[in-house]
Amino acid sequence: MKAAIIDYGAGNLKNVKTALEELGIECVITDKKEDLETADLMVLPGVGAFGQAMQNLKKTGLIGPIRENLKNKPLLGICLGMQMLFDKSYELGETEGLGLIPGEVVPFIKEELREGSKIPHMGWNQMHINKDHPIIKDLNDGDYVYFVHSYYARPKDFDDVVTWADYTKKVPAIVAKGNVIGCQFHPEKSAQVGRKILENLKEML
Amino acid sequence: MLAKRIIACLDVDHGRVVKGQKFKNIVDVEDPVKLARRYTNEGIDELVFYDITASYEDRGIFLDIVEDVAEAIRIPFTIGGGVSSVEDFRAVLNRGADKVSVNSAAVKRPELIREASERFGNQCVVLSIDAKRNGDHWDVYIKGGRENTGLDVIEWAKKGEALGAGEICINSIDTDGVKNGFDLELNKRLAEELTIPVIASGGAGKPEHFRDVLKVGADAALAASVFHYDTIKVKDLKKELKEAGIEVRL
Repeated sequence: MKAAIIDYGAGNLKNVKTALEELGIECVITDKKEDLETADLMVLPGVGAFGQAMQNLKKTGLIGPIRENLKNKPLLGICLGMQMLFDKSYELGETEGLGLIPGEVVPFIKEELREGSKIPHMGWNQMHINKDHPIIKDLNDGDYVYFVHSYYARPKDFDDVVTWADYTKKVPAIVAKGNVIGCQFHPEKSAQVGRKILENLKEML
Repeated sequence: MLAKRIIACLDVDHGRVVKGQKFKNIVDVEDPVKLARRYTNEGIDELVFYDITASYEDRGIFLDIVEDVAEAIRIPFTIGGGVSSVEDFRAVLNRGADKVSVNSAAVKRPELIREASERFGNQCVVLSIDAKRNGDHWDVYIKGGRENTGLDVIEWAKKGEALGAGEICINSIDTDGVKNGFDLELNKRLAEELTIPVIASGGAGKPEHFRDVLKVGADAALAASVFHYDTIKVKDLKKELKEAGIEVRL
């Protein structure tokens, strides 16, 4: 079983790789479309700013091949990689995303959050289940995962949301639409719960 | 609900975890990777590794340890000590650290905060401040608490936030190692003044110290020796906090 971790200069890919390898998934960090074709799973990691990330991803020429490969294998977007699955983001101006899940990415605004809430939304927050999905098999409503982000996704159809976290806003934690799966939190940093999610993903392959 | 975080700090000297009192009387404790595993299993939310020799003895960063820790644990961890350039950031982030903490280097050159946050995102830039109360205010100290910069702690923290820091870690020199509790007044002030999360550090001796500082508004509380010497067990601490009405990850 092989995962292609998409390398578009998004910084640290090592932790995702380590977490997947721990589950016996072979990983290749790559910017070549051939590797997407031979993989069973595509992973789109990401930290940093949306605009720059989309620009860098475009430069790899992988956007077309990602779409092509989605026909027969899943794509997991993590953190910024999850946000990139949506139509557009308002981070530092307006930038078009991959448009794989309808909706947009908007900033947290302090005045709209409960008193004492900080930005970024950083730390362990509980996931609440919106709908059942193989990715959350054996997980419980209220399980904690590790988030760190200042923008969050607002899907057009809340039915694309598998789990969400309460940060005054209903913050989508896991989204899924067909072969497209996104985690706003970091499964590779979310202790046993994160591990279970990656195991579930492996079982889905 | 977002949980308040309990963080264990590991001061690393030549590859070993040590704990000093008021930055003195350093004694050897344990292997960093072994301790990191133990804390993770006990339910710690985050770990911080400070290379305590680096900032004034120029020993560089313990990249091998960063890499070993990243292999060993699946929770976030921060690296600090001797980080003075964007290149230093890159080196530890590439080896698997989630955040990088800057202290003296940011005081000397505040632009470092902006450069690093623009390059790697503000989520990985922790501004660490050594604070000491002088009369009615707190001053920023550097060089392991030996030099008063004359900067006001609240002003410096706000400037750090404006420059792009994603978190402030406030280490109170007055309370560090004394185990009489965190500096509640300073942490309360900072939590009110800042938009980004505040990590309280210095002074943990009993579970109620954690409770008190988290109740006044700190987002996380950090300690070292009470965990290293098993005075407080992470699991028991979290249970007590939960019973006191504080949201924690159990």
